[in-house]
Amino acid sequence: MQRSEGQEALRVDNLFCERGERILFQDLALVICQGEVIQVKGPNGSGKTTLLRIVCGLHDGYQGSITWCGETTREHPEDFLSSLTYLGHHVGVNKVLTPLENLRWSCGLRQETDDKDIYSALEDMGLKGFEESQCFTLSAGQQQRVSLSRLLLNQSNLWVLDEPFTTLDADGVKLLEGLLCKHIDRGGAALVTTHHNLGVPGLKVLELT
Amino acid sequence: MNLKQASIFQAFVVTLKRDLLIAYKRKNDIVNPFMFFLITSSLFPIGISPDPSRLGEIAAGVLWISALLASLLAMDNLYRADFEDGSLEQLLVSPHPLYFLVLAKNIGHWLVSGLPVVLISPLIAYMINLPQESYSVLFFTLLIGTPILSLVGSIGVALTVGLGSRGLILAMISLPMSVPVLIAGTLAIQETANGAPLAGYLAIMGAMLLGSITLAPLASALALRISVN
Repeated sequence: MQRSEGQEALRVDNLFCERGERILFQDLALVICQGEVIQVKGPNGSGKTTLLRIVCGLHDGYQGSITWCGETTREHPEDFLSSLTYLGHHVGVNKVLTPLENLRWSCGLRQETDDKDIYSALEDMGLKGFEESQCFTLSAGQQQRVSLSRLLLNQSNLWVLDEPFTTLDADGVKLLEGLLCKHIDRGGAALVTTHHNLGVPGLKVLELT
Repeated sequence: MNLKQASIFQAFVVTLKRDLLIAYKRKNDIVNPFMFFLITSSLFPIGISPDPSRLGEIAAGVLWISALLASLLAMDNLYRADFEDGSLEQLLVSPHPLYFLVLAKNIGHWLVSGLPVVLISPLIAYMINLPQESYSVLFFTLLIGTPILSLVGSIGVALTVGLGSRGLILAMISLPMSVPVLIAGTLAIQETANGAPLAGYLAIMGAMLLGSITLAPLASALALRISVN
């Protein structure tokens, strides 16, 4: 899965999307290369989340083309989806299950996942000791950390993160920035929406209006 | 870390396991439909007549309608929690065909809400005086019929999961699709009691089951994609 740095990974062309009567974006173009992080900025309601959901194939009310390594994601989603980790607004963590059980499922959907790996990912995310407590006993930030553990476990090429910093404390922010840096060092790509000033080298910013 | 992509079968199994685990941890998922079935069918002797011969005549219909309503009651929590906490998005961005994952969820749901109803049905049948020779027919038609109800109901739930209040609309979508199963199930019990062979009815219901296993998850998957849009 390793691809050389600088090579084009995801390409969005001529994207047009409207919500209700309002045009969210028109002629939007976006290229993410391997080893690159793009931060999507813009005021509330400017379509940041919609853009991310369109890229991931969760929203199909758009016109334009989205290609992953030369193949359109609409027609050939398998290769794209197996290289994608999407973490949305909602953390995707079931409240009655433990972090361990949640990750066994959401990562087990993608690859054979060992409990040992999950334990070590949770430890890296600062959740040692919480592996077996039900998620409703965890705070919002801790649940966010459970969700972020997927980044460690999935080892995907493309990360699409929607407001990953919102509930994190200062340590968590540093941790996630560290993960992003490691990810681009490995040649991965990321598309992130946040209002936070990202401390990541070579960051590109896409402003939505 | 050594990464090996999960096969479709493995993805199917982890999804099924997860849903069963959630049901196990939230016990009312298991108890609710079961208790509902028990309560509605025990209302008929009170409301209509405690006379065994009159009850015996309507027993087949009572049991099937109660099973249908119990399955409808249980339907709503099939995708709602996943929709609200974002797990549904994780399901949709998985690289596997959604058909198998939806099928896994439907099977898990039936094991939790349908199977207990099937297992308890002979006891309720005894209570409302279903003719004894019909017990096995009732059991087998419910065993084939309740999975159909789960699979078909799943389409309605998937369509309505994004709506705020969906109490009646779910019933409006799912019940008409469940009527053929209801007809086949009750007819099978009544006609076999009159001496007709069971095989034909089982074949019809089996065909319905196969049809819904192949088609309903496809429709549910599409409906889920529309709902998260």
